[in-house]
Amino acid sequence: MQNHTPHVESWGRTVIVPQRVIPLFWQPKKLPELDEQETLLPYGEGRSYGDSCLNEGGVLLQTRGMNRFIYFDESQGILRCEAGVRLDEILEVTIPRGWFIPVSPGTQFVTLGGAIANDIHGKNHHVAGTFGRYVRAMEVLRSDGKRWLCSPQENSDLFGATIGGLGLTGLVLWAEIQMKRVSGPWIDQETVRFSHVDDFFKISEDSEKDYEYSVSWIDTLAQGKHLGRGHFMRGNHSPQKLDYSSKPKKITIPCNAPNWLLNTFTVRSFNFLYYHRQLATQKRNTVHYRPFFYPLDAVLAWNKLYGKRGFFQYQLVVPFKNDREPIKEILRLVAKSGMASFLAVLKTFGNIPSPGWMSFPREGVTLALDFPNQGSKTRKLFEELDRIVRTSQGALYPAKDATMLAEDFQKFYPRWQEFQKWVDPKFSSSFWRRVAEGQGSNG
Amino acid sequence: MAKTLILGATSAIAIETAKILSDRGDALFLVARSPEKLESVRCDLEVRGGKIAGTLSSDLNDFSTHPGLMKKALEALQGLDLVLIAHGTLGDQKACEQDFVLAEKEIRTNFLSCVSLLTLISNKMEQEKSGTIAVISSVAGDRGRQSNYIYGSAKGALNLFLQGLRNRMYSSGVMVLTIKPGFVDTPMTAALKKNFLFAKPDQIGRGIVKAIDRKKDVVYLPCFWWGIMAIIKAIPEKIFKRLKL
Ligand SMILES: Cc1cc2nc3c(=O)[nH]c(=O)nc-3n(C[C@H](O)[C@H](O)[C@H](O)COP(=O)(O)OP(=O)(O)OC[C@H]3O[C@@H](n4cnc5c(N)ncnc54)[C@H](O)[C@@H]3O)c2cc1C
Ligand SMILES: NC(=O)c1ccc[n+]([C@@H]2O[C@H](COP(=O)([O-])OP(=O)(O)OC[C@H]3O[C@@H](n4cnc5c(N)ncnc54)[C@H](OP(=O)(O)O)[C@@H]3O)[C@@H](O)[C@H]2O)c1
Repeated sequence: MQNHTPHVESWGRTVIVPQRVIPLFWQPKKLPELDEQETLLPYGEGRSYGDSCLNEGGVLLQTRGMNRFIYFDESQGILRCEAGVRLDEILEVTIPRGWFIPVSPGTQFVTLGGAIANDIHGKNHHVAGTFGRYVRAMEVLRSDGKRWLCSPQENSDLFGATIGGLGLTGLVLWAEIQMKRVSGPWIDQETVRFSHVDDFFKISEDSEKDYEYSVSWIDTLAQGKHLGRGHFMRGNHSPQKLDYSSKPKKITIPCNAPNWLLNTFTVRSFNFLYYHRQLATQKRNTVHYRPFFYPLDAVLAWNKLYGKRGFFQYQLVVPFKNDREPIKEILRLVAKSGMASFLAVLKTFGNIPSPGWMSFPREGVTLALDFPNQGSKTRKLFEELDRIVRTSQGALYPAKDATMLAEDFQKFYPRWQEFQKWVDPKFSSSFWRRVAEGQGSNG
Repeated sequence: MAKTLILGATSAIAIETAKILSDRGDALFLVARSPEKLESVRCDLEVRGGKIAGTLSSDLNDFSTHPGLMKKALEALQGLDLVLIAHGTLGDQKACEQDFVLAEKEIRTNFLSCVSLLTLISNKMEQEKSGTIAVISSVAGDRGRQSNYIYGSAKGALNLFLQGLRNRMYSSGVMVLTIKPGFVDTPMTAALKKNFLFAKPDQIGRGIVKAIDRKKDVVYLPCFWWGIMAIIKAIPEKIFKRLKL
């Protein structure tokens, strides 16, 4: 069962490391034998950006082959499936029967195991909390050969450690999740243009009660009285049934684009056009769930648009402060740096707690930024941003991270030592060695 | 809405084919060796909305079970429109060279078991004057190569057998499809180094269903393998025997 795939990457493609890949096709009875120095890490679809899904010099257990549905109770919306099943596969099966995934990230090409291990959040965090809240039970295979059935009631420590547990507590074989009732695949969406980040906060507050989903795109190059201008998108599942449309056509980026493709100029032009694409400040329509939740999925392998050098994502959360100064300071720094972020997403997190000990979302406002890898220039900006996140008691998201400092991680995730006791002795990741064991920085 | 029997139903390629067939309403009877894998495939197809008429776990190398197996399948399906034979093993060529017992087992799995099954199936379909037989062979059966000629010769024999059967069945209106995949990323090839020639099993599944619908005789999947094999077959033996293939 040994495989030497040329290389397996994470989504940002800034961290390229040698590792041994072992594909799983069926739920294994026990974990594979390792060489003495080797450690294991599960790998789903590699939609994490940095090094949290990579294991330099070790083994990656590719879970995609474990992709079978086990059980679906259509009347209660309870779905059990193997951890390598992807969210798009789940949606295809459940939407025609009136059920939606309870929490949706910005791409549907993530596995159930990956969704659990990063305790992902979606546009409904303010009302629904994280994905982990909907996990009713799961089975975890650890290197002691034991299969642990865990739920909020049973083996609840391992349950809490595994949700947001970064793949380190064992291999999730299957999980059972509570789905959410919907009438069909349609979303009633409304887009509101705002010209300053202060307006974002106003609209956000107004939207929280009446809209299940909300997220904003912002123009990070705008400064001064346009600081943090953007589009606020909010929506609800539509009661309309309409026709269930078939699969859309997809475009694939076949190879690396030249490194210069996404530069300040092209991003500035894009941002300008995108901001002004909607002349009215407010627009309503009914859209399919795919463009609403997963606009980027229409272009497969879009990460290659950043060229060979790859790119970073930087996602932070800072607590609400009356003056919203930290987030403004961050926006000012980014705008001043002139470094273009093509995709910048702003959203408020609610205060619903997650069962996961190491979960990233916490009450406040979160900002996700994409930057082409420009080496030390990009890292310098991150250092400045880190400082603000640190002093304002915020946190960074491991799923997106390639540069977080060990001391920061340990502050951002105060339960990390308690968590460490549940880390399987045979499991590790490049990320974990970097932030918990202080072994150098990657990328 | 065909009544479909799948032998080797836990093969990665068979699973992907079964998903498409059950999606469009076929009733499936699934036969596979491992009861656990078989059960997980059955659950998967059922959650996806498929109709499973029955399952049976059986080592297909035990030919004596074939008549009973066919009887159960026919009863459960109440007829038979389509059969897909998918089971197979890619044995260890080097070990087979040293030990005939291993070589014989490869030939049994990849060729003789199919002959036994197809004897029962073809007679039934000939009687009914209808039906489609689809069998997964391999491009490896197109020419003997030192790296896998035990497997290759079993698949090659299977190709000839199917060719003859097609010829015989023609007058009864029974279709016989020989499926020749190239490299596919499945458990069978888990130990091989992957390159751009490897296809995904769902792609092969789609190709199989398309070939069945178009009533093809022989299909290479993906189709570019037709070209590759045409070249490989065209190399004169004098040269071919010197190649490290
Ligand atoms: C375009 C885009 C948009 C995104 N939007 C969001 C968003 O809105 N919200 C959000 O929260 N995230 C978002 N993400 C991040 C993404 O949801 C997470 O990184 C997710 O974990 C990726 O899942 P994956 O299956 O690709 O797992 P991988 O990236 O391969 O692995 C992620 C982690 O899961 C672990 N893992 C995988 N399978 C198992 C298993 N069976 N058992 C135990 N551990 C396992 C791995 O070890 C690793 O630690 C986005 C990513 C992209 C590319
Ligand atoms: N993968 C390729 O590159 C490739 C290329 C060309 C042709 N093919 C052919 O495609 C077919 C399907 O293979 P695959 O690629 O899908 O691989 P696979 O997933 O490994 O499937 C092989 C299947 O055959 C079953 N099997 C083996 N011996 C059996 C026996 N004695 N009785 C019952 N079942 C038996 C296996 O059952 P267990 O799970 O119980 O072992 C397994 O389900 C095979 O005929 C293969 O020769 C494959």
